[in-house]
Amino acid sequence: MKVGFFPGCSLEGSAREYNESLQAIAPVLGFELSEVPDWNCCGATAAHTLNHKLALALPARILALAEKAGLTELLVPCSACYTRLAATRDELIHDEALRRDISSIIELPVTGRTKVLNVLDVLAACASDGLKDKVRKPFAHKVACYYGCYLTRPEKLASCKRAEDPQEMDDILRLVGAEPVDWAFKVECCGAGLSVSRTGSVAELSGRIVADAADRGAEAIIVACPMCHTNLDLRRDAITEKRQTPYSIPVLYVSQAIGLALGLSPRSLGLHRHHVPVRLPERPAPSPEPALQPSGPKED
Amino acid sequence: MPRIGVFICHCGENIAGTVDTAAVAKNAADFPGVVHSIDYKYMCSDPGQNLIKEAIKEKKLTGVVVAACSPRMHEPTFRRACAESGLNPFLCEMANLREHCSWVHEKGEATTEKATDLVRIMVEKVKRNRPLYPISVPVTKTALVLGGGIAGIQAALDIANAGHKVVMVEREASIGGHMAQLSETFPTLDCSQCILTPRMVEVAQHPNITLYTYSELESLEGFIGNFKAVIRKKARSIDETTCTGCGACIQKCPTKKIPSEFNAQLGMRTAIYVPFPQAVPNKPVIDRKNCTFFKNGRCKLCERVCPAKALRYDQEDMLVELNVGAVVAATGYQVKDTDFFPEYGYGAHKDILTGLQFERLASASGPTQGVIKRPSDGQIPETVVFVACAGSRDPAKGINYCSKICCMYTAKHAMLYRHKVHSGKAYIFYMDIRAGGKMYEEFVRRAIEEDHVNYVRGRVSRIYKKNGKLIVKGVDTLLNSRPVEIEADMVVLATAMVAQPDAEALAQKMKVSYDENKFLSEAHPKLRPVEMNTAGIFVAGACQAPKDIPEAVAQASGAASKVIGLFSKDELSREPVVAVVSRMGPPDFSTCIGCFLCESACPYQAIEREEIKARDGRLIKTVAKVNQGVCQGCGTCVALCRSKSIDLQGFTNEQVFAELVTL
Amino acid sequence: MAEFEPKVVAFVCNWCTYAGADLTGTSRIKYSPNVRMIRLPCTGRIDFMLLLQAFGQGADGVIVSGCHPGDCHYTAGNFHARRRWILFRRLIEFMGIDLRRVHFAWVSAAEGAKWAELVTNVVDEVRKLGPYQSFPKRLDGQPKPVEVA
Repeated sequence: MKVGFFPGCSLEGSAREYNESLQAIAPVLGFELSEVPDWNCCGATAAHTLNHKLALALPARILALAEKAGLTELLVPCSACYTRLAATRDELIHDEALRRDISSIIELPVTGRTKVLNVLDVLAACASDGLKDKVRKPFAHKVACYYGCYLTRPEKLASCKRAEDPQEMDDILRLVGAEPVDWAFKVECCGAGLSVSRTGSVAELSGRIVADAADRGAEAIIVACPMCHTNLDLRRDAITEKRQTPYSIPVLYVSQAIGLALGLSPRSLGLHRHHVPVRLPERPAPSPEPALQPSGPKED
Repeated sequence: MPRIGVFICHCGENIAGTVDTAAVAKNAADFPGVVHSIDYKYMCSDPGQNLIKEAIKEKKLTGVVVAACSPRMHEPTFRRACAESGLNPFLCEMANLREHCSWVHEKGEATTEKATDLVRIMVEKVKRNRPLYPISVPVTKTALVLGGGIAGIQAALDIANAGHKVVMVEREASIGGHMAQLSETFPTLDCSQCILTPRMVEVAQHPNITLYTYSELESLEGFIGNFKAVIRKKARSIDETTCTGCGACIQKCPTKKIPSEFNAQLGMRTAIYVPFPQAVPNKPVIDRKNCTFFKNGRCKLCERVCPAKALRYDQEDMLVELNVGAVVAATGYQVKDTDFFPEYGYGAHKDILTGLQFERLASASGPTQGVIKRPSDGQIPETVVFVACAGSRDPAKGINYCSKICCMYTAKHAMLYRHKVHSGKAYIFYMDIRAGGKMYEEFVRRAIEEDHVNYVRGRVSRIYKKNGKLIVKGVDTLLNSRPVEIEADMVVLATAMVAQPDAEALAQKMKVSYDENKFLSEAHPKLRPVEMNTAGIFVAGACQAPKDIPEAVAQASGAASKVIGLFSKDELSREPVVAVVSRMGPPDFSTCIGCFLCESACPYQAIEREEIKARDGRLIKTVAKVNQGVCQGCGTCVALCRSKSIDLQGFTNEQVFAELVTL
Repeated sequence: MAEFEPKVVAFVCNWCTYAGADLTGTSRIKYSPNVRMIRLPCTGRIDFMLLLQAFGQGADGVIVSGCHPGDCHYTAGNFHARRRWILFRRLIEFMGIDLRRVHFAWVSAAEGAKWAELVTNVVDEVRKLGPYQSFPKRLDGQPKPVEVA
């Protein structure tokens, strides 16, 4: 299947391994990434804190270009880009006057007919399309799936069903042989954009996330967003200093974990680019007992 | 030929000061149909009324207009005077010359002209008045009380003690409701069951009360004084007349692991069970869904050990028909469960409890014999966090209202915990403290000052489990909104009090109104708290709105007094200002075309369908018919009627048009 | 020629507006004497033919007033009145009656001052609009009398 692709700024820069791993797994899983030509920055946090129209116009142009290229679906891997595009699409669809106004600003027609998908949406589609059969080397590790903020909020744009304890990423990881742990910081704030301006706060917040994942026995943290990755991986030194404890747990993009399970080489997935070295203990395949089922009777 | 008498009142200087009353009387004498027109100083006084009475007799008046103050003031006075002289009271009308004329206009010609107009309007109306007679509706002096909680019990006892028959219907196997589940009640810390069980026994033994437990309302038809209720007595699988309540069956039942509803899922019960040892009636019930015999066809141990041979496995539900005159709805409430809170773990943590579950832990007859133990590992918690307003006052959760009782019972829970675990630490996260009842504020003060309960003003955003502890993340807004994190052994959520899950269905069965939260609607929020808009159905207790026990009891007695008032006469007499559908002889029988727009519009469901049949039984037409026992006389149906076949007695189209013609 | 004084008919409900007007009286608040009140149990009783009849009989303006929505003594009568008003506005205009002559209001039993203000405003407005002309009138400006039994 062909799906539109909007990498956004970070996938070209600090998160290029996210891009590489997506490009690597796409053909194996059977989808073709068609990059939107002449795309621009989505505006991220900066635009919508300054000017409402600017915040709509920037993503609207991307949507317009996607429509022009005949793309019916658009994969947006970065969670922040995803929420900006999805929110813009929602506003444009429901407000005709606004749509005309924005169209005239960007000098392109836009209808909002291109669906905006995040990486979990696309992987879920692959999951029901034989992902399990393509696993060559089960990712037999305990993982802590970290969703961050934009995959579960706001409710009307989120594709995750349980906002405080989502399972979509966990389900995909289970399919490729991983054992997701039940942990407490799945959707807690990592510090987000304060990464540069208040690194101390990020060290505190992300530190708690890393610590909980490690304490619960996870061997890797899985993320689906470049911001999450930066704060949990790149800022590890600040975290270590804040907590006065070294944590070596690596942070992998969900596409990298799947790539490893599909048998692709670590190099092709960009694992060498991480700040925290990706060292995963070798283990035999986990026993066939089912992983934790959260919707069952009261446990613990 | 009409013979109308007009009586203009001076009302001292109140009317005469601005209106030339003599002139009005003189003008009125010339109105067509008026045969007597006078003015007098005080028409409402005895001599004034006598003037009317004498005029009726001497001049053989067919209608009377008293032009004086507002009819809202003295209409009953003058109508009574007319009745005493033999003139039907509904042939007397009042023109409002005081509130609507003399008091609001300056003295002058325009004012006197208006007064004259007002009199003329009423004269034209009265000429078209017809004599009306009060409507009598017979009353069945039996009350139906739905719900056997404290409100239902109080209402039933009050009505029964007044000498009337009561039928009480309770859904569970025993009466007692939620009050039976409580350990101690605020603000006195009385043992709940100790004060409740004597009343439960009184209900069971009262000669005037018939108790149907394990039963539900199947249907309710009819109207005030004349309801027909059908009760479904669910099959207990026991013959209640032979069962002695010895409990041998319960002892021997092999299925022992069914979560007990009475113990709020904290303890277990057997498949054949009584909800609690003090159950009234103390007769067990077989939970057929979980009983081995009903599921697989094997067992029947209870039958073998029963000394009274009371088991009846083939018993079926029974339908009982009752004629009752009034209904009291006292069906109570339930509380939200912990799975309502995603931020507190979706109900997956055993040591996060609801307030009701904590009551069972604290209760001496509960699953832990009154020792506060963690459900997960049976350990005694050293730190307990109580979260007030869990779900209530929260538009994001869909519950906008305050559940009223939680501030008080949370203080109580914290106190009970501190009394039982001297070294324990108790924290309460609250938004406000609502302790408005008698001795309530003092009770909360006691919790803070004597029992050293720590009150933290802030909400809890997250609870998660780590290393066997529950990490509670909240904020202290009185300390500059500093984040607070407490490692608790147990968390008690004061979850929102909500309507029963089938409250809506029951309200629709009874045809009573309810609000968006599915609480039953009272007739007027301030002045009619125990009546409902449907005449003859009354409401008491938490099914109407969250409330505590003293309020439920008070409301129940209030509802009972309304029922007793209703039953104090053999017949109910009603004002005849009701709607009437036109009827005439064949071939038309009625101008009603049977569209029944009136039926759907009537706020009181007072319109029924009447089949008009020929002598051979053939159906000619179905027309609307007004139930005069229920109609309240608003006239909405009259305005809606497409064929002008329905009219309102006392405010007929003819009368109102006549008033307009005078302009 | 005498200055034109409009005749305004008010269809009011017994429980709210009539009581509110009583309160105006008890409070001795003064207002124009041009209004004639027709008391009904509920605004739900008001058939809009009554309004047309009022104009036909010589009224220059009409007020319809009852309990506030949600407060109807009979629960829902005023909701029906409100719906009828929305439906019949066009019809009234079609009949040739300037909609500014018809006022729909909610006056509760506690709003004595509001009633006085409402009447005064309506009378002032109708006075400005002049006498209602569509229905036939006698040459001297008085409406044709209708035979009364």
